[in-house]
Amino acid sequence: MNQESDQAPITDAPCACSPSTPCEDPKKKTRREFMLALGLGLNAIAGAAVGIPLLGYVFSSFLKPHELDWVILGSVEKFPEGKTRLGNYKNPFHRSWDGSTADIPCWVRRIKGNEFQVFAINCAHLGCPVRWFEESKLFMCPCHGGAYYEDGERAAGPPPRGLYTYEFKIDNGNLMILAGALPTLAQPNA
Amino acid sequence: MKVPIQKLTDLGLGVFNWVDDRLHVKKIWESTAGHHVPQSAGSWFYVFGSATLLCFMLQLVTGIMLALVYVPSADEAYATLEYLTYHQQLGWFLRAMHYWGSDFMVGIMLLHMTQVYLFGAYKYPREITWLSGLALLVCTLGLAFTGQVMRFDEDAYWGLGIGASIMGRVPFIGQQLVDFMLGGQIIASETLSRFFALHVFVLPGAVIALVSLHLRMVLTKGINEYPVPGMLVRRETYDKEYAAILKKEGVPFFPKAIDKDIITSAFVIGGIVACAFFFGPKGPGGPADPLQINANPRPDFWFLWIFSIAALMPAEIETFALLVGPAVVGLILVALPFLNGTGEKSWRRRPVAVIVTLLVWISLGILTYLGTTSPWSPVMNAWSAEVTPDAQILHRTPLQLQGAITLQYKQCRNCHAIEGLGGERGPSLSDVGMRLTKPQLVRQVVQGGGNMPAYGQNLSPSEVEALVAYMITLRAEGVPPARDVTLSRNTKN
Repeated sequence: MNQESDQAPITDAPCACSPSTPCEDPKKKTRREFMLALGLGLNAIAGAAVGIPLLGYVFSSFLKPHELDWVILGSVEKFPEGKTRLGNYKNPFHRSWDGSTADIPCWVRRIKGNEFQVFAINCAHLGCPVRWFEESKLFMCPCHGGAYYEDGERAAGPPPRGLYTYEFKIDNGNLMILAGALPTLAQPNA
Repeated sequence: MKVPIQKLTDLGLGVFNWVDDRLHVKKIWESTAGHHVPQSAGSWFYVFGSATLLCFMLQLVTGIMLALVYVPSADEAYATLEYLTYHQQLGWFLRAMHYWGSDFMVGIMLLHMTQVYLFGAYKYPREITWLSGLALLVCTLGLAFTGQVMRFDEDAYWGLGIGASIMGRVPFIGQQLVDFMLGGQIIASETLSRFFALHVFVLPGAVIALVSLHLRMVLTKGINEYPVPGMLVRRETYDKEYAAILKKEGVPFFPKAIDKDIITSAFVIGGIVACAFFFGPKGPGGPADPLQINANPRPDFWFLWIFSIAALMPAEIETFALLVGPAVVGLILVALPFLNGTGEKSWRRRPVAVIVTLLVWISLGILTYLGTTSPWSPVMNAWSAEVTPDAQILHRTPLQLQGAITLQYKQCRNCHAIEGLGGERGPSLSDVGMRLTKPQLVRQVVQGGGNMPAYGQNLSPSEVEALVAYMITLRAEGVPPARDVTLSRNTKN
């Protein structure tokens, strides 16, 4: 470093350039521009390396296929013919720290023999828990007054459809349902 | 002993100067707390912004206190909440302050927004102040909603179900949004963790960032002068006019215009502490156990109006209104400073603004009131809990009495009151004999309609006969039963 440049005031203004001492070497300039572009490019890659896994982590629901699994509700004998009873099952995908939220209720209507209807507890309107009234043979919702008939069809109130139903099968004398997701209007087949 | 006062003063000054040299404290203080505001802005109407910020700071402190005990796990949250409420020393009080602080924060923020709207403070050049305020409103409501999930009781559990059900109505990506919101396919531990992260990290962080922007705008573009009727805002001249106002009657915010903010602060804190002390914390209600199906989920106060709308809206437009409605309201609010950015500021000359404000507040008030009474919900135990008044049983025939039993036993009163006892979902039956004829009653009971289920499948013909015979007797004394005017007087109906 020479003495002259130490004393010269540092300014952004273009200095007096002469052919012998150019203040900015055009080669150096392209090098600096290249370094800046390289830096930006490397950071873009680094950002993607962090950002893509991050987005994949948070938005995993957009990539993962929806899955359900068979769970046992209990022996068929538990459910008397012509009656509707409260059943419950453990969420097939529950975690050990789920606590009481792992146990999900549902309404089981045994029409006769192996003829069943298993309804989700959630009202088709906004998901509140519907209650069965044996005497009037109605399901009533405590939130906005939705009501359903014994067979799950909508009877009154704001629900846009009947109760959600689970697919069921009888296996070894056990009633099993396909479960593991909160039913909403996004599942038209539920 | 002689106290070397001069030496101590010099030392203190020296330390201050050293700090100030490094941090520029004086300069920052002068340009923030000491920034000049129009004297007219030192008004009682201008205290709501600082009061909202004060609530937020209180929420930060009490929230951190609660986090010392709370465990955000579906398995443990409820137990830690009960521990906080009943065992931890003063835990109930901290919970209560956090709960009431949130209610106060939302309420005062809405007052602030109303004042800003009526005083035209969103107009040129304060568009970004308004927009950052809107973002703060969204974040604050988000904090209030996620906060009620933290309580992780039955209201929280079914409230999440309601949120998910609304998400599920979104076309095409509804399922993905439900899973995204719940952190899985069902309401469980990952849902609570997700809402915890939002409530204690994401949203408070966003509020701090947005408040910084909001206040930065207050410094760069100045606080709105107290509007004078007839003084119109023009893009070309406003900045000069504002500068002239500041020159003429500008005073440093601290200490010349802060007095009312400080007095309000004391009352707000006092109000929160008093409510916390006298009313205590909310809940927790029953545990977040889905098997406890006898839950009556209700949202917290500031969301009751949404709960009401969900009950009262016609089912056909519901999905559209739930999804498009908020977007339209949001769009109008965002566009407001750009579509209506100039002209009259004073509410005295803006009748439309006054009417809109009144309509919004009255609607929210009525919907909130309805939300607290929720007349649309059946009273689930009315059929087993409510008595039938003597006057509705005396002097009835055996058939009519059988009908009274059917009416009780078939849960009619869950939706229909008699003498004010029972549900309000359907009309009261106290005078039904004056309103409907026998054939009309039979038709209504058997076929339902007008939002009533059909009971044809569940009632035997003899039960219908008895029920209708009884209902005809339900009318004021001395009033004959309803009759069909198309039939001749002598025909029995």
